[in-house]
Parts: sequence; structure tokens; C-alpha cells
Amino acid sequence: MMALLFTVFAPLAGALVLAVLTPLRIAGWFNIAISALNFAASLALARAVATDGVVAGMSFRVDDFNVYLLVLTAFVSLTTAIFSRPYMGYVRESGRTTDRGMRLYHTMFQLFMFTMMLALSTDNLGVLWVAVEGATLATVLLVSLYRTPEAIEAAWKYFILCGVGIALALFGTVLLYFAAQHVLEDPTKGLTWSALYGVAGQLPPSVMGLAFVFLLVGYGTKVGLVPMHQWLPDAHSEGPTPMSAVLSGLLLNVALYAVVRLKMLVDGSLAGTELPHMAGYLLMGFGLVSFLVAGLFLHRQRDIKRMFSYSSIEHMGLMTFAFGLGGPLATFGALLHMLVHSLTKSAIFVTVGHATHIAGTQSIDHIRGLIRTQPAVGWGLLLGVAAIAGFPPFGVFTSEFLLLTATMQTQPWFTVPLLVGLAVAFAGLFRHLQPMVYGSVPEGQEPVQANMLPVLIHLGLVLWLGLSIPEFLSHWLNRATELIVGVGLL
Amino acid sequence: MGLDQLSLLQQLMITLSAMALFTSFALLEQARLVAAIHAFAWQGVLVAMVTAVVAASGGLEHLFFSAALTLGLKALLIPWMLHWLVRSLELDRHKEPLRHPALVIMAGVALVIFSYWLVLPMVEEELMFTRNIVAVSLAMVLIGLLMMVVRQQAVTQVLGFMSMENGLFLAAVSATGGMPLVVELGVAFDVLVAMVLFGVFFFQIRESIDSLDVDRMNRLTERTDEE
Repeated sequence: MMALLFTVFAPLAGALVLAVLTPLRIAGWFNIAISALNFAASLALARAVATDGVVAGMSFRVDDFNVYLLVLTAFVSLTTAIFSRPYMGYVRESGRTTDRGMRLYHTMFQLFMFTMMLALSTDNLGVLWVAVEGATLATVLLVSLYRTPEAIEAAWKYFILCGVGIALALFGTVLLYFAAQHVLEDPTKGLTWSALYGVAGQLPPSVMGLAFVFLLVGYGTKVGLVPMHQWLPDAHSEGPTPMSAVLSGLLLNVALYAVVRLKMLVDGSLAGTELPHMAGYLLMGFGLVSFLVAGLFLHRQRDIKRMFSYSSIEHMGLMTFAFGLGGPLATFGALLHMLVHSLTKSAIFVTVGHATHIAGTQSIDHIRGLIRTQPAVGWGLLLGVAAIAGFPPFGVFTSEFLLLTATMQTQPWFTVPLLVGLAVAFAGLFRHLQPMVYGSVPEGQEPVQANMLPVLIHLGLVLWLGLSIPEFLSHWLNRATELIVGVGLL
Repeated sequence: MGLDQLSLLQQLMITLSAMALFTSFALLEQARLVAAIHAFAWQGVLVAMVTAVVAASGGLEHLFFSAALTLGLKALLIPWMLHWLVRSLELDRHKEPLRHPALVIMAGVALVIFSYWLVLPMVEEELMFTRNIVAVSLAMVLIGLLMMVVRQQAVTQVLGFMSMENGLFLAAVSATGGMPLVVELGVAFDVLVAMVLFGVFFFQIRESIDSLDVDRMNRLTERTDEE
């Protein structure tokens, strides 16, 4: 329980201290320290969950499914904090932001982590909503941090679209609460996920079906599902790079986590009706469309961060599709994919941060010859993209392979669009990548001081997961799979 | 089911909700910013009154607190903040007529009908009364959404967002007797923070494009990427 409280509230306390901390010199270090503390607490929590099964109390509830996302979130937050200290120092020196902007950045970084931790660990679906909306509020000022017209436009779009989406999710939550009123003995517990899950079979299917549509559209906006994805490429490309890394690596995961939790309730409620897999079909539809559309959009991008945001949409689409497909194999694959995608994508954004620093621009046409200028960054980008495109021996290959196998088993026709989509995305990424890492070096391009440690750790982990998934992790994911679909894979 | 079968308080509730829906239409059509803010404040008052009536009829005491919270936040604080922002941005005389008013109002009416259709299979006969208000609140949410789509001015978009929030609150109160307190406080806090941030953005947008006409922010389309 202590570990749980530490995991959730350490970032909040950190944010409050960072908001008033006067010397900005040490703010970056303090940021790292908070994230490290948070990561240690999340490991202790994972240990407690591994021995006790479920850690619950004070309307928090951590089981095998969310604890792995908690650890992942804390880990990515730590490595991003390590990257952001020198990177934001460079941003400050280049005059793109002010001292106030720096303070805002550090405070909001930790507040964002707090909302992520709260959303993942709470047992109350209303608090989940508040936390996901809070994540928008915490990050929206960071998207406009550089105050360029583009950044302000991106932030406004992000604010309005996510605000609308999340409002629809609140309507779905109200409907859910309404559905629970006549089922639970204590109606005030009508938003407690664990209580609802216990009586899922009795929840009125007509209300639950309607509620799920609203919830999916609402949280799906945050996942970046097409056609509600419009905000995502803008927000990810205009904000500071560390923010892009955590938005792509963490926020999307948390929103998808919310959708999966709600799907578990709706599946229970709809089990006895004519359309028992309605939620799954909806997820498959949205997921497949996002996957294919984002893959095509990869080809026409001119901005490097925008390109990788579309790649995030593509991968979120794939995961959504897999969760919709259901079944132990697909769910296991989707959980693994969440893990490897977060690690790889945040590593890529860190590398992209250095690459744009070297080239002085985000325009793909003007980033050239990275390997010759600075081999570490060039190779980092090349390997990162190889990993995200699903090359063996990286972990993304393993999870995508599992997903394809699962599709082949249950819905064989869907393998065709999936394979085509993977090929299209692969081509889209590499046609832009090739000149960026090779190509001739523009005159006067100098190497910069780059901290490639986070990239090295992330890609190393992804490589390890691709070669052999350690036993404790596979059991861990297996227990999460059991929780979500009822049967384990192993 | 006729109105005469309902208790007096229930009739009052329906009347008040209908009036709240009417203010949604007023918001949708109103060209003058200051008048639109007033319409929004009245909507807040009406929603707070519905909450108080629900509290009185059901003996739900925690709802009196929610009613007071709504009155303070949606009818007083947020309209006051918007008023202050509009004045300091010197937009008090700003008019922003709709391009196709008749079409937009027709779309609003269609959304009301759509909401009634959507909740049709939702509840059994005995809950007809609840269904009515859920439909009205869903219509308010959707009209708020419509407003955010058809209006090009940042302040009116925020008004649309806030009236969506009103609709959601009405749904929660009428269908379920209010959300748990912690959720309600969390939502109220989020709305308040959102309002403060909207204010910050008004100034940032004005600094950037010298107007609050967000339609003029169009640098980030896929098309410009092709240039």
C-alpha cells in the first residue's frame, strides 16, 4: 500500500516542489530524482502485486494488468527525464523558451506523470476520467511552450478536440453509472470498476452498448484512432521533444488501457445477447482503419516528428485491433506490443530530438547525413526505425508476429490488410529514413552533445524482448491476459 | 404517458430542463459575445435549479451541494471570467453572425430528434420520465458540439464546450441522482482549470494571429506539408 501511494503521489509532490523551486539549475536533476523515486516505488509495487495478487484500498486497485503499465510508465518517465535535462538546457540556451517556460515544463512534466499514475491505478471510472482529462490539461500548455503560431494552433486543436472527445467519454461514464444503479446493492459504488466487474453479467445490455460507443469515441480520441486523430500529429510535432516521447509512449497507452477495462465490462454485459462481440468488432473496425490510414499518411510527411506521430497512430490502431480480436494469443500479443512500442517510440523521439538539434530543423528534407556527422545519433535512428518497422530480432517483430498468428487463427481474411498495412508503413518510414541517415552531409553540420544512454537502454530492452522474453515477464503478461480474456496463453 | 401523471416536482424538472435546452439554442444562434455569455449563465442557473429540484424531490441531500457548486461555477464564476476576458480583449462589441443560421438551427433540431431516438431502446416503460431528461441532456451535449463546429471564434467555441459540460452534468443529475462526490469535485476542478487555460490561450492566440478567429489558424494542415 505504501508503495502504491508513493507511486501515485510522488510525482504530485514533485510537481508542487518544482513549481516553487527557485534555482532552475537543479530543477532538471530534481526532476530525474523524482522520476527515479517513482520508478523504485513502482518496482516495489510490482513485487507486492506479484506476491499478493491484487493491491487494493482507498479506491485504488492494482492488479497484474495495470501494474505492468505502471512500471512501464515510471520507467519511460525516468529515461525521458534523464534525456530532457540536457535537452531542455539546450532549448533554454537557444532562446526558444524563458525561465518561466522551464519552470512550467518541469512542473507539468511531473503533473502529467501524476495523472498517468492516477488513471492507471484508480478503481473508480469517474476518477479515471478526471485523470485522463487532467493529462490533457497538464500537457496542453507544454504543446504551446515555444509560442510559435504553429505551436499555439496545435495546442488549441489538441485542447478542443480532446476536450470534446473526453466530454463524450464522460457521457458514456454517466450512462454506465446509470446502468449500475439498478444492479448494485450500494448504488454509490456504481463507478467502482471491481464492483461492476463482479456483476457485469447483470448490467442492462442496451444501456451498456450505448455507453461503450460513447466511451470508445471519447477515449479513442485520446488513443488517436482515425478519424478522431487530427490533434495527435500536430500536438506531438509542435511540443518539446521530451513531451512528444511521453505523449506517444505513455498517454496513448493509458487511453487504450481505459478502453480495454471498459470493454471487459461491456463484454460481460453483452455476453447473453445477439451481439456478444459488439465491443470487439467496434475495436477491430476502428483499429484497422487507423492502422491503414496512418500507414498511408506516413508517406506524405515532411516533418520528422509528424511522421513518427503517424507511426504511433498506426501502432495504436494495431493494438486496438488486437484487443478487439480478443482471445488469449491476440491479447498477449497486444500487451507485449504496448510494452515494446512504448520503449521503441520513446527511444526514437529522444534520437529525433538530437537529430533536429544537429540539423537545426524538423524538416525531413533538411536532415541529411546523420551517420557521418554523428554516428551514435544516426545509428540510433536507423536501429530505432528498424525496430519500430518490425524487423527481427527486435521485440516489435515478436509481438506483430503473435498478432498475425492470432489473426490467422480466428479471422484469416484480416491477415491480408494487416500484411499490406505493415508493408506500406515500412516503405513509408524507410523512404524518408534512408536519406536522413545516409545522404551527403550539409556544409557546417557539427555533432552535438548527445546523451544516447536512454536510447541504448530502451533499444537494448526491445532487443532482449525480441530474442527471449524473460520468464517472469511472460508469466506476468500471461496473468494479465488471464485477467482480460479469462484464459491464459501459457 | 401524459404530463398529468407526473408529480408537480417532476413537471417542474421537465420544464426547467426544456428551458435549459432552449438556452442551448439561444447560444447557438447568438451573434453578440456578451449576450451569448449571459445566455450561458442562464443555462447554468437552470441546470442548478434542476439539480435543486431533484434533490428536493428525492431527498438527496448531497445534491444540494452539487446545486450550489453548479450555481457558483457555471452561473457565476465562469461567466464572470469570460466577461472579464472579453472586456480585456476588447471584444465587448464583437459580433459574429452565423453563416447559415436557418441551416444550423435545423441541424440543432435534428440533433434533438436524434437524441430521443438514441435513448429510445435504453430504458423500460417505467423509466419514461428519466429517459426524457437524458434525451434533453444528450441533445444539449450534441448542440454544444455543433456549436464548436460551426462557430469560428475562440470564445464561442469555449461557450460550446462549457454548455456540453452543462449537458453532461444534467444527465448525471437526472439519470442517476448525481455522481459520487469525489468524481463531481474532480470534474468541477477540471472544468475550472480548463477555463483558466482557455483564458491563457485567448491571449496567446491573439498575440499569434491578432484575432480570436480560430479559422485563421491553418498552418498545420496536411496540404501545407506538400508545399
